[in-house]
Amino acid sequence: MYIIKLLIKNVFRHKLRTCLTVLSVAIAILAFGLLRTVIDAWYGGVQASSASRLVTRHAVSMILTLPISYKEKIRQIDGVKTVSYGTWFGGFYIEEKNFFANFAVEPKSFLELYPEYIFQPAEKAAFLRDKKSFAAGAKLVKKYGWKIGDIVTLKGTIYPGNWEFILRAVYRGQDKNTDESQFFFHFDYLNETLKKTVPARADQVGYYIMEVTNPDLVTDVSLRVDKTFHNSLAETLTETEKAFQLGFVSMSDAIITALRLVTFIVIVIILAVVANTINMTARERIGEYSVFKTLGFGGWRIAGLIFGESLIITMIGCIVGIILTFPSAKAFANTVGSYFPTFNVTMYTILLDIIFSALVGILAAVIPTWHSIKTPVADGLRRIG
Amino acid sequence: MNEGELISAPIVEVINLNKSYYRGNQIIPVLSDITFDIHEGDFLALMGPSGSGKTTLLNLIAGIDKVDSGIIRVGGIDITTLSETELARWRGVNVGFVFQFYNLIPVLTAFDNVELPLLLTNLPKKERREHVKMALNVVNLADRIHHYPGQLSGGQQQRVAIARAIVTDPTILVADEPTGDLDRVSAEEIMALMERLNIESGKTIIMVTHDPRAAGKARVLKHLDKGVLNSNP
Repeated sequence: MYIIKLLIKNVFRHKLRTCLTVLSVAIAILAFGLLRTVIDAWYGGVQASSASRLVTRHAVSMILTLPISYKEKIRQIDGVKTVSYGTWFGGFYIEEKNFFANFAVEPKSFLELYPEYIFQPAEKAAFLRDKKSFAAGAKLVKKYGWKIGDIVTLKGTIYPGNWEFILRAVYRGQDKNTDESQFFFHFDYLNETLKKTVPARADQVGYYIMEVTNPDLVTDVSLRVDKTFHNSLAETLTETEKAFQLGFVSMSDAIITALRLVTFIVIVIILAVVANTINMTARERIGEYSVFKTLGFGGWRIAGLIFGESLIITMIGCIVGIILTFPSAKAFANTVGSYFPTFNVTMYTILLDIIFSALVGILAAVIPTWHSIKTPVADGLRRIG
Repeated sequence: MNEGELISAPIVEVINLNKSYYRGNQIIPVLSDITFDIHEGDFLALMGPSGSGKTTLLNLIAGIDKVDSGIIRVGGIDITTLSETELARWRGVNVGFVFQFYNLIPVLTAFDNVELPLLLTNLPKKERREHVKMALNVVNLADRIHHYPGQLSGGQQQRVAIARAIVTDPTILVADEPTGDLDRVSAEEIMALMERLNIESGKTIIMVTHDPRAAGKARVLKHLDKGVLNSNP
């Protein structure tokens, strides 16, 4: 108790310096937490994806389409339980900055494959019934203030023109990893329109999604699907939904690597700031530590005083940083929420905050401690007065 | 009863002590072949001009500096053979320090400063409190226990430092210019207190001082000049 009292009093001996150091640590922890959350959000789709769902796309590129006729052939493959299909629509709402994920899907099978999207039964039925309808996640609906029955127009980029949809259903995620910012509408609405306007683009889908009867069969089923379409005009590549999502993320590998690097640079910056403070403190108190040694305090006890002070400063900064992370993440999510469907500060990030803060507190105190212990008592005492 | 039984055994024995400092390649001798004894209950004043090696000798006896050669035995233990850790432990039990600039911890109250050396003992908190109160009573500062050093005068701070030095009841009390930073009145109070500790409590005191009045309170006077000890200046 006595030592803790002494440590706390020592920490606040130079209030301004301590406050500035705590502030630096807090800002660094805030930056670290936000960057980690951005990285997590980047992988949000991967986290939310299932290992038992398979995605089949064109073997050459995911921008090339597959014939809709593949659906029946895939359904007949041994081990396939449910098949659905869809296409990335790539529209935006009013202006380009209002970007969110929007897909044309085969609604009935799609909703069977995604039980994590929770609907009101009446709204779900209305969505399935109306070909011009769309379903959207609660987060997206809230963002644009849509209400059931509203007509929403998307401007197509891949499929040019103004496309009108009626909001019939709003889904909520089964858990916080579920993306609540997606927009789904009937593939038939897109396909029938294309048949009238650009027939050459009709009856083509972007991907197939299937559920297997037994998760252990994913590899076998993937091979069977790709084998079925081997040597066809549109050869396929089938992989788990997780691998498919990772494929998307890997396109941004360089950005993610840069972000990871920045998180470590942030740690090094805090280390430098705290080390500087502790070094100054230890140098100023070298005489006082000599008095402690004179009274019989050994090296370990002196080390305890310096490490303790360093840890208190970094942990206060860490707590302040963590407290600031939550509202900052919320504000960040509100600004760029459509790019990151899920933007949650995870317990793992908080744990990393704490571990790195403790590590910085310890590392920053190593050299000042070594110097203080090694300084001969008589030399230290000469620096007083 | 023979004469040997009348004289107490030496509590400090300094034998053929040599100490030099090094400045680059230059060797500066500070103490040369010092030999003397201090008996239990003695009050020794070490005097001499600046740079004569008084503080160095005091530091060596107190175990906060290392000898080049020679033996220093305190209470029968040759402290020149102890490691840093052993020396720290030994100092905690055997030596009470009084410094010229008091060297109190500014963020701790008088009470907490005096309690500091007791943290290294196994005494329970209640007993520690009793020891601290007793020590502060001895130095007449019982009414200032919750004051911080900055709220005390120089003389009062030095009295807190003396209370801190005696609270563990050490074998020897070493004082380096204890009146050097005090006005005359405060200096006299401090010297009276130290004299009382020596006479009434039988404390063995080794004091370095420039002040002849302070030295006058000591029972044994030794002079150092250019690192050589002279008992009869």
